[in-house]
Amino acid sequence: MGLALMVVIWLITLISTYFFVAKTWWLPLGAADAAGFIDGQFALTFVLMGIIFLAAQLGLGYIVWKYRDRAAAQPASYSHGNTTLELVWTTLTAILFIGLNLMGSRVWASERFEPAEAGAVKVEVTGMQFAWYFRYPGPDGTFGATSPKLMDPSAGGEAAVGLNTADPAAKDDIVTGTMYLPVDREIDLSLRAVDVIHSFFVPSLRFKQDAVPGLNIHMHLKPTVVGEYEIVCAELCGLGHYKMHGMVHVVSQDDFDKWLAAREAEKQ
Amino acid sequence: MATYAPSNTIRDGQSGRGGSTPVPPGGGDDGRGSDSGPNYGARLRRARLGLICAVATVAMIFVSLTSAYIVRQGLPTYDDASSTYVHDWGETDLPWRLLIINTILLLVSSMTMELARRRVARKAALAPLKSIPGISVGEEGKVPWLGVTAILGFGFLIGQWLAWRELHLRGFFVNTNPSSSFVFLLTATHAVHLAGGIIALIWAGMTELLRRPVEARRIVVDITAWYWHFMAVLWIYVFALLGFAR
Amino acid sequence: MVAMENPHAHAPQGFIRKYIFSLDHKVIGIQYFFLALTAVFVGMFLSLLMRIHLVWPNANIPFFGHIQPETYLTLLTMHGTIMVFFVLTTAPQGGFGNYFLPIQIGAPDMAFPVLNMLSFWTTFVAFVVIIAAFFVQGGAPLHGWTGYPPLSAVQSAGPGEGLGADLWITSIAIFCIASLMGALNFITTTLDMRAKGMTLMRMPLTVWSWFITAILGLLAFGVLLSAGILLLLDRNLGTSFYVPLVVVSGQIMGHKGGSPLLWQHLFWFFGHPEVYIAILPGMGVASQVLSTFSRKPIFGYRAMVYAMLSIGFFGFMVWGHHMFMSGMSPYSAFAFSILTMCIGVPSAIKTFNWLGTMWKARIRFHTPMLYAIGFVSLFVSGGLSGPFLAQPVLDIQLHDTYFVVGHFHLIMGVAAIFGMFAATYYWFPKMFGRMMNEPWGRIHFFITLAGTYAIFMPMHYLGMAGGTRRYSDYREVKYLATLMPLHRFMTFAAIITIGAQFIFVINLFWSMFKGPKASDNPWEATTLEWTTTTPPPHDNFGGVTPVVHHGPYEYGVPGAAKDYVMQTDPTTVSAH
Repeated sequence: MGLALMVVIWLITLISTYFFVAKTWWLPLGAADAAGFIDGQFALTFVLMGIIFLAAQLGLGYIVWKYRDRAAAQPASYSHGNTTLELVWTTLTAILFIGLNLMGSRVWASERFEPAEAGAVKVEVTGMQFAWYFRYPGPDGTFGATSPKLMDPSAGGEAAVGLNTADPAAKDDIVTGTMYLPVDREIDLSLRAVDVIHSFFVPSLRFKQDAVPGLNIHMHLKPTVVGEYEIVCAELCGLGHYKMHGMVHVVSQDDFDKWLAAREAEKQ
Repeated sequence: MATYAPSNTIRDGQSGRGGSTPVPPGGGDDGRGSDSGPNYGARLRRARLGLICAVATVAMIFVSLTSAYIVRQGLPTYDDASSTYVHDWGETDLPWRLLIINTILLLVSSMTMELARRRVARKAALAPLKSIPGISVGEEGKVPWLGVTAILGFGFLIGQWLAWRELHLRGFFVNTNPSSSFVFLLTATHAVHLAGGIIALIWAGMTELLRRPVEARRIVVDITAWYWHFMAVLWIYVFALLGFAR
Repeated sequence: MVAMENPHAHAPQGFIRKYIFSLDHKVIGIQYFFLALTAVFVGMFLSLLMRIHLVWPNANIPFFGHIQPETYLTLLTMHGTIMVFFVLTTAPQGGFGNYFLPIQIGAPDMAFPVLNMLSFWTTFVAFVVIIAAFFVQGGAPLHGWTGYPPLSAVQSAGPGEGLGADLWITSIAIFCIASLMGALNFITTTLDMRAKGMTLMRMPLTVWSWFITAILGLLAFGVLLSAGILLLLDRNLGTSFYVPLVVVSGQIMGHKGGSPLLWQHLFWFFGHPEVYIAILPGMGVASQVLSTFSRKPIFGYRAMVYAMLSIGFFGFMVWGHHMFMSGMSPYSAFAFSILTMCIGVPSAIKTFNWLGTMWKARIRFHTPMLYAIGFVSLFVSGGLSGPFLAQPVLDIQLHDTYFVVGHFHLIMGVAAIFGMFAATYYWFPKMFGRMMNEPWGRIHFFITLAGTYAIFMPMHYLGMAGGTRRYSDYREVKYLATLMPLHRFMTFAAIITIGAQFIFVINLFWSMFKGPKASDNPWEATTLEWTTTTPPPHDNFGGVTPVVHHGPYEYGVPGAAKDYVMQTDPTTVSAH
């Protein structure tokens, strides 16, 4: 029985580890500025936890086999513990866990304690059951006013976000269902939600932030690789949660400008 | 309760000699009592311990309501029309006179409750003496303090109901603004718990009518009394919160 | 509610007083156990439907028909709620704790037997109410067991968010009250009813775990009750605690200025201690069983006690780690993150000590021991995904993905359950006077161990690849559709593993009537429940008050007559 246990525990451990190490299913390609550090911190945590996982599970398996009860076994050693050992492994664990955490906080701080750089591209993201809308402020650089009274989700576009077309600042606002971003530029995102909590998640950009009704949350990111990346909603928002997805197109500055100009032209 | 401090050596030698190991101090008394009857002292201690747990729980309910109060009071929300964050706490025109009368009622009821508690404690303490021939213990007063407390408590509840009615007349309902929501929520939660206290008071009164042993009655009255005092303290707290943290 | 007379003077007569409204903690414990057993089968069935739907969305299930996306969300909401409350908070504490706490400390019953009976029946009413949610108009809610407003606060925000959601909240509120009554009883009993010689530091670790769990419950459930009341008010009386101005399906709702984050703070202030409530008794049982079947004292008894106390204490300070992405202040996130790493330390200490207990032991592989060993393995696996989630910067990628689902299932959904299996196989002889079948127990163990790993380990891969949770259909999003093979594997594993649980149930009921009769102490264990008859008499010790001379885990004492010294043994002398 001890042998069977050891074999089963070892097999489970080694098979699980294989798929982790082989990266059969892994983080998607990182296409944003933050990806470098996030992936690095992930890898460090991964290696450390992986070592502990292997040591603990393989150790457990070995111990239950080696110290199984049988005629030839030594009597069980009568021991209530070892205070020195307790202190040593407690201290080491504390240093490891807290140290790991402090290392990760640097990027958290730079991402979230500071606002976007000046000159960032402003985009407003609005989540509603069950679609994402994106608003660009246009040449005047100001978002026009919106009003709940003007919201009509079934009409899509400007009406969905309740754009107040009487407001002069709103005249050049562009509202789309797809998101275009210029590569290598800082993006200043404002996240809003109209009805329930949603969450704007783009795995490839290593970006996630809940969109909460009643709040206008500012976040910033910088995409670094041209491409198309799927957006998914990452907070249960109702029956259509699974199909509340969209697409981010990260394009060159030129292509971005052209796209914006085309949208402006459509408005006329 | 002292803990048993183990020595590091395993002493041998006593095992075969029929002597038993010394029982260390510590460990509890399970209140099983002895042949002379149930151990009321232990039961009182146990009941009080249970009450402390109940008080801790009710306190946590009010702690969480207070934290919701503070958060909601300070919370700005994004107003689309002005594109800015605004506060909407509002205010409530509280019927101070009524509330002060209610507070006095409750505080007086705490005093009468304490009189009831001490009287039955004295009776319980002196009960063993009654069986000694020739001894007479003085008569206790006849005022039914428990009943008076219940009436005052009931008066408080009626007063609270009148206060709610007055608030309605002044146009403040539970959903008028966040301030009024909390006024109703806090006072109603307190009133519900106080009503529970009144039920306990009635039960305590019934133990007298059903002629339970005075030591057992003492436990019921004691627990009810401490709960009642807690209700008074809680009310002072709610009153102060609504009054000063407007 | 102190009993007026000694309730132990006479055992109750009559079916109703003996089995329905019993005041005997042993009967009440068994009632809780069977309530939890019913709940776990309901919860498992719901999860089976979920897993089938994920892989075969168009399947026509007998009696159910098609599972719609909103039905899937209802299944997952009720699965989570039923499992967390009616299984994980009920069986370890209300079931085994009720039965064995008084006996293990040498008491004749709980401090307040009437309150005990009431707390069971209140829990039962709560269960009836939540099951009723399935059958009302609109059905059960779909807002997840976490019930975040505005989705849970606005009746038109989704199907099931009408009466179903009100019943859900009501059931939870009733459950809060039941738990608070139970917690009060456990704390008073532990502090005030220990037999002579049973000092705090001689209590079995199971008793410590039930005691600390009760303290957590006492302080946490009141907050959930408040949160629920505020939600009921928002839903039904037009207040705006949680709901700001929202527009649902084009309609402006009548709320203004509320904060969805307020609910999250209140809920998780309860919710985090709740998960420790779910796991601590399992840890206690693991310690108890590992020591018994290793024939060795638990390694570091004091450290184990301090570790559980720290886990309880820190458990109240880490709730914000569920909210890193919520819009909460990033500075708070940092603070919560450091505290969360701190709580990993006592958990690690316990794991080292369990391994230390088996080091240089003589392990006997009876079924309870298999489950205790499985517990350690699962606790390690589930625990090590914690440090990923505790770092906000990694949580950006992993929050609301299957990585989190895998993490909490390995700990709560498997390790805690293994704790309950270990407890069942261990204490079954004492409770029912018969032994459960060993070979079938082993088969159940191995299939369940491998099966649960097969279900929940792949969730980590899914999460790392961006696999979001609470999605009823993975085919809509391109990159999610590529992850379907993982879902298929997990569903097959789930079908097999759920099937294997019938082996356990059959073993349980068969052995109750036909199992070989058990002696008073079949495991040669030391704690007080093994000093009394099997099953114990009405007052637990047959009129004799136990006197305790030893600590709870005196196995392999050099110079002792046998390889175990019972706690009440007056003849042998040991240092503890």
